[in-house]
Amino acid sequence: MLSIENLHVSVGDKQILKGISLNIGHGEVHAIMGPNGSGKSTLAHVLAGRDGYTVNSGTVRYNGVDLLDLAPEERAREGVFLAFQYPVEIPGVSNIVLLKAALNSIRKHKGLDELDAMDFISLVKSKTKLVDMDEKFLYRAVNEGFSGGEKKRNEILQMAVLEPRLAILDETDSGLDIDAIKIVSDGVNALRSEDRSIVLVTHYQRLLDYIKPDFVHVLAGGRIVKSGDASLALELEDRGYGWVQQHAGA
Amino acid sequence: MSVQFKEHYVSQYSALQASLPGTGLPWLNALRKQALDRFSRSGFPSPREEEWRYTNVAPIERKLFSPFVGTASVDSASLARYRVDGAACLVFVDGQFNAALSTVPEPGEDIVICPMGEAMEKHPDLVEKHFGSVIQRESSGFLSFNTALFTDGALVFLPEGMKIDCPLQLLYVSASPDVLSTARNLVVAQPGSQVEIIESYVGLGDAGYLTAAVTELLVADDSYVTWSKLQSENGRAFHFGGLYADVGPNGRLDHSSFSFGGLLVRNEVHVDLAEASECSLDGLFLATGRQHVDNHTRIGHRKPHGVSREFYKGILDQRARGVFQGRVIVDQYAQKTDSEMNNRNLLLSSDAEIDIKPQLEIYADDVKCAHGVTVGQIEDESVFYLQSRGVDAVAARNMLTFAFANEMVGKIDRPALRSLVQDELLDALPATNLRKEWL
Repeated sequence: MLSIENLHVSVGDKQILKGISLNIGHGEVHAIMGPNGSGKSTLAHVLAGRDGYTVNSGTVRYNGVDLLDLAPEERAREGVFLAFQYPVEIPGVSNIVLLKAALNSIRKHKGLDELDAMDFISLVKSKTKLVDMDEKFLYRAVNEGFSGGEKKRNEILQMAVLEPRLAILDETDSGLDIDAIKIVSDGVNALRSEDRSIVLVTHYQRLLDYIKPDFVHVLAGGRIVKSGDASLALELEDRGYGWVQQHAGA
Repeated sequence: MSVQFKEHYVSQYSALQASLPGTGLPWLNALRKQALDRFSRSGFPSPREEEWRYTNVAPIERKLFSPFVGTASVDSASLARYRVDGAACLVFVDGQFNAALSTVPEPGEDIVICPMGEAMEKHPDLVEKHFGSVIQRESSGFLSFNTALFTDGALVFLPEGMKIDCPLQLLYVSASPDVLSTARNLVVAQPGSQVEIIESYVGLGDAGYLTAAVTELLVADDSYVTWSKLQSENGRAFHFGGLYADVGPNGRLDHSSFSFGGLLVRNEVHVDLAEASECSLDGLFLATGRQHVDNHTRIGHRKPHGVSREFYKGILDQRARGVFQGRVIVDQYAQKTDSEMNNRNLLLSSDAEIDIKPQLEIYADDVKCAHGVTVGQIEDESVFYLQSRGVDAVAARNMLTFAFANEMVGKIDRPALRSLVQDELLDALPATNLRKEWL
């Protein structure tokens, strides 16, 4: 469903991604691991369409379309979702307003009618249970004054409501304690399905104790230096990133 | 030219004198004549005056406005969108009370609510006692202008301990081209009384006009007044509106200002606080096109233990210019004053401009005074976040603009007023595809 071919990306004069190739099939969970500065977050942002990155070469095909050709909102409507490492606070816009605007723009794109108020509310409320979130949060401004854990849970709530086909979770575990990681992971696991592919971008193996990936890729120096199954993550945990970098001559 | 407009207004006064409210009252005639003299000497304020540094009213001098003498025809349906559900409403058309369009409450118990023309006949002593008492320390070209030429307005008098349950709306409608609307209001809340007033200024039609309205508000000991002003004048209108309030010991005034319309606008709020009295001044102003909106506030802490909270937000788009002047004066004896002032502005265009002037003058040594001002733009980070959720960039920017305004609109307790303000805000924003549900 997602096919990345030889992707080169720079920020300003600096080359960040130096030839990434990656294929993700329907329903697969891929973990992308790597040391700080390896380009993990850049990859996540480029897939979501953030400004400020120059794609110098390479292609990204997503369900048959050229993903890089689409505006960020078009990607979202086509089913791409990015859970932010640092979710943005938006004072004055309540969670419920954002969720409604987002869901309806996606439904409209699919040729569906907007949900009426009652159906929408009951849908959203049912999803709050997935991430153990108090319904009161729905009426608070998006992420404003939320703790780190609450912000990350809110990202997963949005994912649950929007039902993406490709979810990219950027360092969703960063800054969370074990309890919060467990809640977030339970939410993500509940959302695993045959027609939803998930990319977990993470520095640490511990998230993968809770969300078991089908594939693990190690990113270093802007390249994927090693790929394997879930056991690769454990090996990394034991031997550190130095091992793969050395191993790959990166 | 500058002489011509003064002569014009002096001659307007002479022509109308016999029909102005209170024309049979010698004390008022004397006040009007003094005011007219002052105006004919000094005219409208000039940018050379410190208080008017950022606002040049010369365009007002280049046109000659006249009070309407006749009955402008305004149908009730055209006012429906401006009426606050559940409020009693005094409607003034082109500066004159219109009984047919009004719903005047008769609360009894010595409460007085009536147009100024009627007040001068039925309650001359009451008017004489309080009229001019709040503004006597003030001097401004517009004050003199209003005192000399006011054609009507409202008198509201609450005796001790009285409370009016429903809000009272004062709706000023300008309907005729080049009309001069000069309302003069006097609101007296005697000790322990309570009232909510909503003041609305709207323009029907496209022609220009001048509104020069002045309100004196006396909030006596232990009284509580809630005052909202909604300025939705039309795009060619000139608007000067001044509220001058004295708040007595343990009294409280909550004032909110929503300023969306007009070509050249000056909103003034002056509050003097006695011992342990409080005021909150909230404001939201929006200007686009070539609008100029000046918000001028002055809070005087005269006695100890006063509390003031001020929070204004401005949104400026296209080539609009905004001004926020917040002056807080803490007198030598006003120890334990607690004052906070905040002004935040959002510039939506690189041609828009805001001038901010916080002015803290503190003469006491045991006080808490804080102020903060910001000017910002919509953040790309926030736009991208919304885009990544499927919202297009234009809608995202609109939503974030709304969000900025919503902080002030959301503070309105009364749902009917909140909804009305939201509608006016939607109308005033230049962007399309706006949705009320975002607020």
